Amino acid sequence: MAFEPVLLRNVGKPGVRQVAGYREAGGYKGLEKALGMEPDAVIEEVKASGLRGRGGAGFPAGLKWSFIPKGNDKPKYLVCNADESEPGTFKDRILMEQDPQQLIEGCAICCWAVSANTCYIYIRGEYVEQAEILEEAIRDAYANGILGDDVMGSGFKLDMYVHRGAGAYICGEETGMLESLEGRRGQPRIKPPFPAVVGAFGCPTVINNVETLCNVPHILERGADWYKSIGTDERNTGPKLYCVSGHVEKPGTYEFPIGVTMNQLIDTCGGMWRGAKLKAFIPGGASAAILPAKHADLPLDFDQLAKAGSMLGSAAVIVMDENTDIVRAVHRLAKFFNHESCGQCTPCREGTNWSELVLKKILAGKGNPGDAELILRICRNMGGTTLCALADAAVGPLRSLVQNFPEEIAAWIDNGGAGAEPRRYFAEEVLV
Amino acid sequence: MSEASEPRLPEEIREAIDALRPRYPTEEALLLPALHMAQRHWDGWLPDEAIAAVAHELNLTPAKVYGVVTFYDLYHQNPVGRHRLRVCTNLPCALRGAEEVLDSLRSHLQVDEDEVTADGKCSFVHFECLGACEQAPMMMVDDDYHAHLTPESVRRIVEELD
Ligand SMILES: Cc1cc2nc3c(=O)[nH]c(=O)nc-3n(C[C@H](O)[C@H](O)[C@H](O)COP(=O)(O)O)c2cc1C
Ligand code: SF4
Ligand code: FES
Repeated sequence: MAFEPVLLRNVGKPGVRQVAGYREAGGYKGLEKALGMEPDAVIEEVKASGLRGRGGAGFPAGLKWSFIPKGNDKPKYLVCNADESEPGTFKDRILMEQDPQQLIEGCAICCWAVSANTCYIYIRGEYVEQAEILEEAIRDAYANGILGDDVMGSGFKLDMYVHRGAGAYICGEETGMLESLEGRRGQPRIKPPFPAVVGAFGCPTVINNVETLCNVPHILERGADWYKSIGTDERNTGPKLYCVSGHVEKPGTYEFPIGVTMNQLIDTCGGMWRGAKLKAFIPGGASAAILPAKHADLPLDFDQLAKAGSMLGSAAVIVMDENTDIVRAVHRLAKFFNHESCGQCTPCREGTNWSELVLKKILAGKGNPGDAELILRICRNMGGTTLCALADAAVGPLRSLVQNFPEEIAAWIDNGGAGAEPRRYFAEEVLV
Repeated sequence: MSEASEPRLPEEIREAIDALRPRYPTEEALLLPALHMAQRHWDGWLPDEAIAAVAHELNLTPAKVYGVVTFYDLYHQNPVGRHRLRVCTNLPCALRGAEEVLDSLRSHLQVDEDEVTADGKCSFVHFECLGACEQAPMMMVDDDYHAHLTPESVRRIVEELD
């Protein structure tokens, strides 16, 4: 049976940006159903679906919601993570601009489930157009009784606001995001306490990714069993958006049951760019280990990728053909992490800087035989020693360069770059 | 300095900030929205007077506001061109020729990153992933995304700006 898109079913229908059009397309049935259930039953349904977070870490969404303390002594918040800054990731942008009501519906269901009366959508500052589309959709949702003092006639009160970031990758990290929302530098907090207990403005807070929340209306409407029937196994369920970029003919956001393979994605994208051969790919954004082409038949799900030493992350699949210089590619990512480290933790601040410098030196033809080991040493100092996972993220591509592509780094070091001369990022034809 | 000469936000921004107050339980949370508005008003950057005015409006110290301004890539403390160009050079864009696009732009504008062209029209920077890698190589011109750039098209886009 062919897979019918779930999350992207409304793409290309601008009418669905308004409540009326979205309803006509079948929307708001999930929220209606949820409001007729006890909040705890909604959490149970999401737990049973097996939905795991789509923002990077894959944490079970229902379980996260169940950590919110009961009782009304403090306000509770949902902060939707629309920071989308992981290099290679552009799915949340599509979801927000194509089907903003789907996100509003998902947020509303989550708020009902955890008794939150306020939701902030924290959107990266560069998404100006998407922020306007969301604002417009939220206004329309208020006007149609989806938001406000009496959500769909249930008596539940819910306010939803768009909050724009200002350009900082680290604000995608959940506690960096909370600091930023509260008007400060986006420097991650020490955990515990976790946001479920002390989150936004000192109150219990759920933080979920845009795509995670967009799954929720469908789970409520069609049931956990239906949801679980999609995917590779009970730990990897549901539809998934894969952002394919790099050397394929038609890069884009594609929806599949979780667990599609690299080869299937390449086919869907019209093949490799200009017919070149696949050399390597990053399955889950800049923070994931780079895998060589031999893994192209591996199901891209949370567990299989973890077993292969990488991760699904944000499912940003960056494709690199045979002409790609992996050392240059990793240097570019190292430069990114160096720029984005917030500087609070010494291993991260120093490690991201040194890793960029060592790679720069190698690319200048001045590498030493011990440099691969040096990179691994920097990785050992960074991994697991910091406040947030940015340092671990920086380790992903670095370690995979040394472990999965030793010959690439050796070519630069042995020949002082001479052997690397014909290698490049891209096919030269792009210049004509 | 007398009260009257201290920098203040223009009335319409103060009203816009007031309209946002009910959204947040703290005044401090208004800082990012206020800085976005102030930067728009001050021609795309935040001179000292803008920072002082925002600090005054939200009862924060200027030092605190400086700390926030310096943290974020979209806030600027130096004059920028009438049009701001942000060329993405992160890996997915680089794989499709972003460095060549950036080089072409640099030689066309005859200024370096963060400098303003003599006619005040443009300034550019390279930028991290802008979340549109399927359009690689791409850039932002002010608030708009431009897709599938080539070294030629980037010059044409600049020429067509007013
Ligand atoms: C450095 C860093 C950057 C992150 N960036 C994002 C991001 O841009 N978007 C996102 O949804 N999650 C991001 N995350 C993950 C969040 O911290 C958090 O796990 C996620 O928003 C939780 O939502 P989920 O469970 O629905 O995935 C980032 C994490 C780290 C460590
Ligand atoms: S790991 Fe890096 S980004 Fe995260 S808090 Fe520490 S210094 Fe900041
Ligand atoms: S790498 Fe350029 S938009 Fe993502």
